[in-house]
Amino acid sequence: MKEQLTSILEKTLNDIKAAESFEALDSIRVNVLGKKGELTAILKQMGKLDPEMRPVIGALANEVRQTLETALEEAKAVMTEKATTAKLVREAIDVTMPGTAPVIGKKHPTSIVLDEICDIFTGIGFTIADGPEVELDYYNFEALNIPKGHPARDEQDTFYISDNIVLRTQTSPMQIRTMENKKPPIRILAPGRVFRSDALDATHSPVFHQIEGLVVAKGITMGDLKGTLELFAKRLYDEDTKVRFRPHHFPFTEPSAEMDVQCFKCGGKGCSLCKGEGYIEILGCGMVHPKVLEVCGIDPDEYTGFAFGMGLERLVMRKYKIDDIRLLSENDVRFLNQF
Amino acid sequence: MKLPYKWIKEYVDVNVDPKTYAHKMTMSGSKVEGYECLGDVFSNVVMGRVEEIKQHPAADRLVVCQVNVGKEENIQICTAATNLKTGDYIPVAMHGAKLPGGISIKKTKMRGEESNGMFCSIAELGVTLNDFPNAIEDGILVFDEPTNLGEDVKPYMGLDEIIFEFEITPNRPDCLSAIGLAKETAATFGLPFKGHEPEIKETEGDINDYISVKIESDLCARYTGALVKDVKIEPSPMWMRQRLRDCGIRPINNIVDITNYVMLEYGQPMHAFDYSCITDKEIVVRTAKPGEQIETLDGNMRDLPENALVIADKVRAIGVAGVMGGANSEITENTKMIAFEAGNFNGVSVRNTSRKLGMRTEASGRFEKGLDAEKTMPAIKRALELVEMLGAGKVVGGLTDVYPNPKQQRVLPVEYDKINALIGIELSNEEIDKYLNMVECFVENGMAKIPFYRDDIERTADLAEEVARLYGYDMIPSTINAGETTQGGYTDAQKFEKNIKTLSMGLGYSEMMTLSFIGEKVFDKLHLAENDAKRIATVIMNPLGEDQKLMRTTSVHSALEIVARNYNFNAPMVKLFEIAKTYSPKLDENGKADMSVLPDEYKILTMANYGAGDFFAIKGAVEALFKALSIKNFTFEPCKDNVMYHPGRTAVIMTGDKVFGTIGQIHPVVAKEYGIDTEVYMAEIDTAVMFQLHEGEKVYKALPKFPAATRDLALLVNEDVPVIHLENAIREVGGKMLEDVKLFDVFRHEKLGEGKKSVAFSLTLRNSDHTITDEEVDKVIRKALINLEKKCGAALRS
Repeated sequence: MKEQLTSILEKTLNDIKAAESFEALDSIRVNVLGKKGELTAILKQMGKLDPEMRPVIGALANEVRQTLETALEEAKAVMTEKATTAKLVREAIDVTMPGTAPVIGKKHPTSIVLDEICDIFTGIGFTIADGPEVELDYYNFEALNIPKGHPARDEQDTFYISDNIVLRTQTSPMQIRTMENKKPPIRILAPGRVFRSDALDATHSPVFHQIEGLVVAKGITMGDLKGTLELFAKRLYDEDTKVRFRPHHFPFTEPSAEMDVQCFKCGGKGCSLCKGEGYIEILGCGMVHPKVLEVCGIDPDEYTGFAFGMGLERLVMRKYKIDDIRLLSENDVRFLNQF
Repeated sequence: MKLPYKWIKEYVDVNVDPKTYAHKMTMSGSKVEGYECLGDVFSNVVMGRVEEIKQHPAADRLVVCQVNVGKEENIQICTAATNLKTGDYIPVAMHGAKLPGGISIKKTKMRGEESNGMFCSIAELGVTLNDFPNAIEDGILVFDEPTNLGEDVKPYMGLDEIIFEFEITPNRPDCLSAIGLAKETAATFGLPFKGHEPEIKETEGDINDYISVKIESDLCARYTGALVKDVKIEPSPMWMRQRLRDCGIRPINNIVDITNYVMLEYGQPMHAFDYSCITDKEIVVRTAKPGEQIETLDGNMRDLPENALVIADKVRAIGVAGVMGGANSEITENTKMIAFEAGNFNGVSVRNTSRKLGMRTEASGRFEKGLDAEKTMPAIKRALELVEMLGAGKVVGGLTDVYPNPKQQRVLPVEYDKINALIGIELSNEEIDKYLNMVECFVENGMAKIPFYRDDIERTADLAEEVARLYGYDMIPSTINAGETTQGGYTDAQKFEKNIKTLSMGLGYSEMMTLSFIGEKVFDKLHLAENDAKRIATVIMNPLGEDQKLMRTTSVHSALEIVARNYNFNAPMVKLFEIAKTYSPKLDENGKADMSVLPDEYKILTMANYGAGDFFAIKGAVEALFKALSIKNFTFEPCKDNVMYHPGRTAVIMTGDKVFGTIGQIHPVVAKEYGIDTEVYMAEIDTAVMFQLHEGEKVYKALPKFPAATRDLALLVNEDVPVIHLENAIREVGGKMLEDVKLFDVFRHEKLGEGKKSVAFSLTLRNSDHTITDEEVDKVIRKALINLEKKCGAALRS
């Protein structure tokens, strides 16, 4: 019996070594270790043995079983690993082929710059205000110290709906609408569409965007106006941006100014872009005119403020070096996809 | 406003280079838009005199000249010019001279004879007959008067001038003049202003014997007149013509040029009438009579607008006040006596008249900004002084000056603390006084006397601006966020809109920005019925054109135009969105647009695509968007009657019985109108309603503890029953246990029978207390089937 066991062990170990599939291993296991297997058959004859031989043979039989089981497991593991490796080889792909990306839409360049500006100002205490695009003459002009017949009306070619209704030519009416409804301190930014009767060409559009800003509180100075707008310019462009403030005139601010940034192209030396001036105008601003505060029921002796307004499209065109404003409203996807 | 540097220098000793001048003036408030050095076009051209002319020995068409250019020896120059004679003073381009057009002059030999330079014609020096009316166009320029030989010719030609172009803001009409800008120059550079008092040396007779003036309208604050007799009409001298040209005004004759010269110098527009054309020696300033006409100096017959202010004599209008004179009293070669006018006319009135007549002139542009009535007197005196200086006629003694309400000088208290506080600086009272004195707001005992010509200075803020700009805006220290702090940020609605944009982009839609105008033809293009409400639009009274006359009532047109543009460029796929407004007028009781009140403005999300899938692709995008934004309580209902859309592929989006959006395929016929030959899908949704329907605050719901059961139902139903009705029939009776109903198949086959379809749903059921039992599931299914049968005629497919 001992010999039988040894020979089964040897034969089976050889069979395992020779096996090439999981099925072969499985049949070996069944044939040797199964209920009807060779080893089981031998064990069933144990009863015929001498009692003193039984433990010896029993131990030997167990050892054979364990050895075979271990060998089977190991063989399986090796085979699994081989199979896995083979599968991975089969599954190899050309990773240099392009991905199947979902299409993600693009933000309009005008929106990109607008969002950037709104983020800058909300970060320093401004809220965003919104109002009608078809506006009362009162808000667009009268309350802003531009009575009927005022020459400033000529500078803003106005679309009229009726004698007292216009398409707003500026976002400044939001100053009035805000001050009528809100007590100081006020810090608002009012972006939006404005309209002027300029025919569409490379540099003009009858519909464009302005961004209006208004601050009213106790003790606001022109220094605050300068500091706030300098900070804005540095955030929008970069830390080294140089700006200058020049006296100007707007009916609804006094004193008034225009802010120029140093020309990006020539660094202030003067070139074709800045028409030799070294600076490019980007916005108009000033201290809120006391008459405007009064119209809104705010006491100019108690409160002061500043306001500013800028044209968005010009900032966008400068940022992306776009030379034709029509590209912004044509919405050619080949254009939009560039941003 | 264009102004030559030399004119400014007549009034103030400013002596800086043009670049520095331009910069400083810009920074003190008179923005210099650019400057031009007239003489830059050529160099090294000097004055010469022809001393001898001889025939060229080897060329018939050439002469050899000896020319005195102020040196010890004459130089020899050959020329083909034929208009020269000995003794002529001419411009000589010397060896090394540069002429316009990149031409350089060098010593050369012409047919063997030395030629050491070139005589110049006006064209060769870059000037025209307009500048030198006496020159011969194709000959050498010969100067009228002897000059210093060898000197640069530019001063003699008026070309050593630098012309600045100023941008003058409408509050400073005083700066539309040489004197105004000279005063600004003086203030800017801290230099004294050298004023000039016009003097008339000799007069003859008394004006009152010749004319009287009457003002009949308060639109004329002042009318000052003068007379000149024995007038000799001729060209004005070179220096005056040159000044006018430098400022962009065409010289005409001595009298007209004087009026323009004074306007440029003093900022006071003037006019000269032919005295003989004034009927009955009387000038009346009045408003136009109904139907009154006048032929203006430009030769056009014009209907005078109602309330237009005119200058008239006893019987007829002879000028449109502040705009243009009448042809009937024009200065001509035969004029013997003239009447000068320096008036002060109401700005708004002049502006309205000039707009209505469609004529803007140098004069009207000044009047409409509101001029200082004190100006008429010095201006008219200056004109008379120039008449004497030019020998243009004899000044009649006296002036007619009608000035019913003489101006009072404004005096303002100088609120030093307020000025400092507004600017954010700390100047002493003396410094503030100093700056105010520089702009002739002379301060005495804390009170500033505002000069008459500064009507724009009304209160402390205006004084503060004067101080700030002379102190220097750049000197004001920058500070940030003074005053009470405020919390910045976006409102919920603004954040919501930002989310719509971000999500739309995530869904593959790119943002477009379209214009807001449409024309009436658009409604036909969109096939809207005659009585469609969308045709009622806000109308622009003064549109750029018929196609831009209305504020859009729908975003579909703008989107289709953009889609079509991309389609024409062969873009294979387009997915675009925009959030922008449409405008709907309020209606009056007759159902007509009421243009006396503001229209309603709707912020609409428009999505448009082609080449990006079918109806369910855009619907899926909208559903995904709504889900991401937590929008609740909406349904899609079939919509067959929107003519812009495909009747079988369109839905309205509703909440309750309110429609807040439309989604579908654009009607192929409409798409074709835009030249699009493919299926275009569009969604238009009111973002304000989206915002109302979105669930803002979220509360966590416990995750289920017990497993769910699923059951599939395949239903046989008539083709025309919408799937949503089946789904609703199931949900209505599903109770708490019905967790979800999902469509997973729609199947049509002849075996099912004519006009039938099979619709399969997967139902998810769950009991929150225990694992749901088969009996519970069956009970729900039974109820659902009964309701499906009842509401939709649907049966379980066997």
